[in-house]
Amino acid sequence: MRPGRILLIVVAVVVIAGLGVLAWLITASRPMAFAGGGAVALADYKGPPPTGVPADFASTDRIARGQYLTRAADCLACHTAKGGAPFAGGLAFKLPFGVIYSPNITADKDTGIGGWTDAQFLAALRGGVDDTGQFLYPAMPYTAFTYMTDADGLAIKAYLFSLKPVHRDNKDNSFSFPYNQRWLIGIWNRLFNANQRFQPHPDRSPQWNRGAYLSEAMAHCGDCHTPRTLAQNLDNHRKDAGAVTAGWLAYNITSHRLYGVGAWSDAELAQYLSTGYAPGRGVAAGPMGEAVDLSLSYLTPSDIAALVAYVRSIPPVATPGQPAPVLTPAPAAPGQGVAEGYDPKGKRIFEGACASCHSWTGQGSLTPWAALTGDRAVNDPTATNVAQVVIAGAKPRMGTALTYMPAFGAAYTDDEVAAVANYVTARFGAKPSNITPKQVAALRKQS
Amino acid sequence: MSLFDRLPTDAAAPSGPSRRTLLQIGAAAGGGLLVGFLVPFGQATGKVGDAPPGSLAPNAFIRIDPAGKVTLVMPQVEMGQGTYTSISMILAEELDADWGQVTFEHAPPSDALYANPMLGLQATGGSNSIRAWWTPLRKAGAGTRAILVQAAATGWGVDPAACRTEASQVIHDASGRRIAYGALTGRAAALKPPADPPLKSPSAFRLIGKPLKRLDTPAKTDGSAQYGIDALPPGVKFASLAHSPVLGGKVVQVDDSQAKAVPGYRQTVVLDDMVAVVSDHTWAAQRGLAALNITWDDGPNAGVSTALVRERLRAASLRKGVVAINVGDAAKALSHDPIEVVYDVPFLAHATMEPMNCTVQVTPGGCEVWVGNQVLARAQAVAAQVTGLPLDKVIVHNHMIGGGFGRRLEVDGISDAVRIAQHVDGPVKVVWSREEDIRHDLYRPAWHDRLSAHLKDGRIDGWKHVITGSSVLARWAPAAYVDGKDSDAWGSAADMPYDIPNLHVEFVREEPPGVRTGFWRGVGPAHNVFVIESFIDELAHKAGKDPVAFRLSMLDKAPRLQAALRLVADKAGWGSPLPARCGRGVSVQTSFASSVATVAEVAVDEEGAVSLRRVVCAVDTGIAVNPNTIVAQLQGGIVFGLTAALYGNITVENGRVQQSNFHDYRMLRIDETPPVEVYVIPSGEAPGGIGETGVVAAMPALANAIFAATGQRLRSLPVDRDLLAGRKSA
Amino acid sequence: MAKLTINGQALEVDAPPDMPLLWVLRDLLKLTGTKFGCGIAQCGACTVHVDGTPLRSCMLPISAVEGRAVTTIEGVGATPAGRKVQQAWLDLEVIQCGYCQSGQIMSAAALLAGTPNPQDADINAAMAGNICRCGTYVRIREAIKYAAKAV
Repeated sequence: MRPGRILLIVVAVVVIAGLGVLAWLITASRPMAFAGGGAVALADYKGPPPTGVPADFASTDRIARGQYLTRAADCLACHTAKGGAPFAGGLAFKLPFGVIYSPNITADKDTGIGGWTDAQFLAALRGGVDDTGQFLYPAMPYTAFTYMTDADGLAIKAYLFSLKPVHRDNKDNSFSFPYNQRWLIGIWNRLFNANQRFQPHPDRSPQWNRGAYLSEAMAHCGDCHTPRTLAQNLDNHRKDAGAVTAGWLAYNITSHRLYGVGAWSDAELAQYLSTGYAPGRGVAAGPMGEAVDLSLSYLTPSDIAALVAYVRSIPPVATPGQPAPVLTPAPAAPGQGVAEGYDPKGKRIFEGACASCHSWTGQGSLTPWAALTGDRAVNDPTATNVAQVVIAGAKPRMGTALTYMPAFGAAYTDDEVAAVANYVTARFGAKPSNITPKQVAALRKQS
Repeated sequence: MSLFDRLPTDAAAPSGPSRRTLLQIGAAAGGGLLVGFLVPFGQATGKVGDAPPGSLAPNAFIRIDPAGKVTLVMPQVEMGQGTYTSISMILAEELDADWGQVTFEHAPPSDALYANPMLGLQATGGSNSIRAWWTPLRKAGAGTRAILVQAAATGWGVDPAACRTEASQVIHDASGRRIAYGALTGRAAALKPPADPPLKSPSAFRLIGKPLKRLDTPAKTDGSAQYGIDALPPGVKFASLAHSPVLGGKVVQVDDSQAKAVPGYRQTVVLDDMVAVVSDHTWAAQRGLAALNITWDDGPNAGVSTALVRERLRAASLRKGVVAINVGDAAKALSHDPIEVVYDVPFLAHATMEPMNCTVQVTPGGCEVWVGNQVLARAQAVAAQVTGLPLDKVIVHNHMIGGGFGRRLEVDGISDAVRIAQHVDGPVKVVWSREEDIRHDLYRPAWHDRLSAHLKDGRIDGWKHVITGSSVLARWAPAAYVDGKDSDAWGSAADMPYDIPNLHVEFVREEPPGVRTGFWRGVGPAHNVFVIESFIDELAHKAGKDPVAFRLSMLDKAPRLQAALRLVADKAGWGSPLPARCGRGVSVQTSFASSVATVAEVAVDEEGAVSLRRVVCAVDTGIAVNPNTIVAQLQGGIVFGLTAALYGNITVENGRVQQSNFHDYRMLRIDETPPVEVYVIPSGEAPGGIGETGVVAAMPALANAIFAATGQRLRSLPVDRDLLAGRKSA
Repeated sequence: MAKLTINGQALEVDAPPDMPLLWVLRDLLKLTGTKFGCGIAQCGACTVHVDGTPLRSCMLPISAVEGRAVTTIEGVGATPAGRKVQQAWLDLEVIQCGYCQSGQIMSAAALLAGTPNPQDADINAAMAGNICRCGTYVRIREAIKYAAKAV
C-alpha cells in the first residue's frame, strides 16, 4: 500500500470516528430518545393536550395560567437574587470559569425585558438569543424550554409583564477568555439545541405525555439530574442518572430499583415532589428543596401524577460505586454503630449540634422530617449533600414551622463540616465517606 | 482594676429620669454612702413583702419577725454569681443568725436604699458586690445584733457585754438564760442601732470562709425558681417582637392581614422602631410575627460592615488619644528597635441563656413590671419615663436572672416592653426570640490595639499601648466620663502589674457606626489582658526567656500575683514535656482587685482543631467569703472566656448582624470543656472581685498555649482555625 | 383538644397540633420550669422526657406526644434517676444562674436511667446538646458520676 493511501485511510478513520463522536454527542442531547420513534407533531396528536395548564386551570385567566406555567418552569429560582426582588435577576452562578448573573426579567423597559416583543421573548426562551441578537449562556435552560409551545411561552411572558416592573441593572458576567466568546455558543446551539417543539408519543398514555412535557419543556429536571458530556450538553444516554450541579448531587432518578427511584412507590414520589419529603426517603434540600418550594409544590395533583408516571419510564441506569442504601436504624447507644478509632471530631459535633433532632438512631426524635435512615444523602459515599446541608441548612416551605435545619456553615470550619459529614455517613449510611476539608471548601465555592 | 473598681459614688448618672434619683441620693448622701442605713425599712418604694406586725426592721437589709424568721433583702441581684448566698453570709455572720433559718428577698428598686456603694446606683456589675458591701453589710448585721443584745440584756437586767449571740439567740452564760431573736423584736424595734458597731475579728467567723451551700440552688433544681421570663400575672398575654434587621432601621408599614388568621392572635403593635404581635401564647405570637409583612426603612446604617468598623478603628488609632498613664519616658525608651504589634478583638454578644424578656402591665394610674435586671432603679426610672408616671406609681418585681453578663445592665428591653404594653389591655409578656436577642444586643466593643515595647537586658524597658474603641462608660455613666477618660476602656492596662520603668497608655475613643456597645462580662480587662498578656508572651520569646520566668522577673511589686503565678506553674506542671502539637500558655492579671494566674494546655491538630486539655488557675482574692463560689466563678468564667476566644464573633454586613442563634454564634459545649482546676490562696486581705476574673484569664492563656503548640501567634480573636491549619495565611 | 399526660396527670389542652410542647407547658399549663433558650433544638434548655427519652420541647409538636408520657423538671424528682441527679446537683453545687439547669437535669436523669454507670464518652454524648452559658460543665460531669454512685 502506498503511504498516501495509508494516510487517507487514517484520515478517513479519524473523520468517521469524529463524526461518530459528534453523532453520539448530538443524539445525547435528545432527552426523549429513550421513548423510541413514533413521536408526532403536536397538531397531529389526537389525545388530550399535553401542553398548557391542567384542566383545573382551564377556566382561569391568562395571567393565572401564565403564573402556573412560570412556576412549572421555575423561572423564579434563577432570576431572583438572594433576598432580592422577584424576577429582577442578579443571582450569581459560580462556575469554574467565572461568575454569571441571571438577568432582570421583570417588565422594566430600561433594565428588564419590558421592551421585548413576543418574538424576541420566544427567541430567548427557546433559542437562547436575546433581543440584541447576543447568545445567552446555556446556564439558561433554553435547550429544555425549546420544547415549549408558543402559547405557553407567551403566557409566561404575559404573567411576567403583569407584575410590577423592577428597575435593576444587570450585573456584568466575569468570564475569562475563551468563555467570554459568545459567538462560540452559536456553534454549540446548532449542535445541541434541538430548537423544536414538543412532540407527543401517541403510543404512550396521555398522562405520560403530559409528564414528559412538564419534565422536559417546563421543569427541566434533566438540567440538574442528567450528567453532561465534555461538550457540556446533557448526556441523555445516561438520562437522569445523577450529576453534581451547583455543588449538590442531583440524584439518580432513573427507574433503577437500587440506584434510582425504581423502588419508590408512586405515592412516595408524588409526596416527595409536591412536599419535598416522603417518609423514609428524606427531605429535599438545596436546589431540589428550592425546586419543590418554588415550583413543584404549586403543581396540581394531576400534574404531579403525570410527572411521576413519566419519571417511572426513564430507563434504569446504574450508578457505579453507589452502595445500596441502609434502611435500618443505627443503634440507639451513641457508643455503638461507628467503628472504634474513628475521627472523634465528627462525633463531637454530632452529639452537640445534631443528635437533638436527628437522634442517635437516625430516625429523627422531634419530627420524622429529621430522619436520616434511608436518606440518599447519608448513603452517598461522597457525602456531598450531607456536607452541603450542614453548611446551608434547610427550611422547606411545605414543612411546618418546626421543620427547619439551621445553616452551620458560617461557624463550623471546613474541617468540622467534613468530620461531621463523615461521621454521619459512617453512622447512618451504607459506606463511610471520606470527604476532606479541601473538598468541603470547594463545595462552598460552588453553591 | 477597672471602671467598677474606681467609679466615684456620685459619678454614675444614668440617662433619663433616673438622673433625678441620683441627684437625690447625692444630696442625701452628702458624699457618704449608705443612706440605706438611715432609712427605716418599709419606707422603700415598691413592695418588699409585708412584714408581720411586730417585726424588727432596723435597716433596709434585715427583717426579723416575731416567730424568729430572718429575712435578708438583697441589694445586689443574683445572676448565678452566688451573691445572694455571700451577701446573706456576711449579714448573718455579724447578726449571728441561725443560717438554717435565713431566707432572702429581692430588693425593690431604690437607689436611695440599695445604691451600690462603689457605683452610686443600684447596680450589679463589675465583680464588686462583695467589695462594695463587705463593710456596710457587716455593720448592718452587727448593728442589728447590738440592739437585740441590748433588748435581751435590758429584759434580764444584765450587762449587754456579758451576753453573746449564736444561732439567732441571745445567751447569758452566767445565768444560763437564752432568748430567741424573734422574742426580742418588739423591744429591739424601739432601739436605735449604733452607727459604728464593733465587728467580729475574722478568727471569730462562723460562716465566712466556709464553703456553704448556695441558698438559691434548691429552687433551681426542681424548676420552681422564678426568672423574669416565668412571670405569669393573671390575664397575661404573650408578645413576640421584631426590630429592624438593619441596625437602627425604622418601620415604614406593616401588613398584618395574614397574621390575623393565626389561631390565638390578638393584636399587632406597630411602633416606630419595632413591631410586636400579641397573642394568647408565645407560639401564636411567633407565628403571627412570622406572618407579618413588614416594610422597613433601613436608615443610615445600611452600609455598615465589620470591615468598615475595622478600618475606622485602624484609622482612629493613629490619632492622639487621652493619656491614661505616663511613667518615665516611653518615647525615648522606644526610640530604638521597638517591637511593634497590632491586635484586634471582635464585637461579642452576651447570649444569656434566658433571652431578653419583660412583662408589663400599664394601667391609667400605674405601671407594673416583672423582669430580671441588674439595674433595678433604672428599670423603674425608664418605665416612669416612658409612661410619664411618677416613680412611686411604677412597681418593679425583680427576679432570678438567667445570665446577666452585662446585658441586663441595660434597660432597652424594659423600655420596649413598656412601650408595647401601653397599647395592650392587661399585662403582656414580651419575650425576644434568640435571633432578636443576638441581633439586637449591645455588643462588647470591637477593639484595635497598637503596642510597642523595648527590651533591655531581658526585661521590658519601655511600653506603649494605644487602645482604640468605643466608650461604653460615656454612654452608660456619662457623669463618670470626664475629659475623655475611660477607666473601663483602659482597665488592667493603665494599671498593669509589671514593673516597667517607661510606660505610656492612651485611649482613643472611636464609636462604631450604628452598632450599640455595652458592658460584657470581664469588661475592659477582658480585652486588655488578652492583648497585654499575648504581647508579653511575644516579648518573652523575643527575649529568649521562659514565659513564666519572664513574668516573674517583672512582678516584684505584685507579690500576691507572683505567688499565684508560682503556684499555678507548679500545679500545671509548667515545663514538663508534652506530646507533639501540644502546648501550655500562661496569663497573669490583677483585675477586680484579685490576683489570678492561669495556665491553659491545648492540643492543635493538623487541621487547626483545638482540643482543650486542661486549665489550671490560682487566685488570691483576699478573704474568700464563700470559697465554693470562688471556685465555681473561676471555673465558669474560664469556660465563658474560652468560648469567646474560640468562637465569639459578631459580624455586620449591610447593616445587619450576621449571627442569629447558637448554630452560628457558638458556645463551648461539655464535650469540648477541659478539666478546670482552681486553687484559692488563703488570705486575710479585704475580699476582691471574682465573677469576671476567669473570663479575663482564659483568653490570653489559650492564645499563648496555641502559640506554644503551633508557633502561630494569634493577634486577633476568635482563634482562626483556618489559619492554624494553613488553609489561609495571617 | 390535645390529650396529654404530663407528670402522670392526664390533661386536655386547647392548642394547635403543631404548637411546640414547650409553649403548651409554659404558657398554657404554667409549668415554667422548662425553659426557652433557642427555639431550634441547639441549647437543650427545654428538655423534657417523653416516654423516658430526653427531647427538646421547643421543636416538638404536641401532636407527637399525644398518648405518650411527658415528664418535666417539676415531675422528674419522682423518678429514681431524677431524684439522684437533683440531689447530686445540690451536693456538688452545680448551679449558677440556673436557667439551663432544668434541661441539664432532665438530660442527666435520662442518661442515668439508661446508663447507670456512665463514662465520660456517655456523658458527652448525652449532655453535649445542653449549653450552659455560666460554664458549669465541669461540675455537671462530676455530679453525674457522683449521682451514679448514689444509692
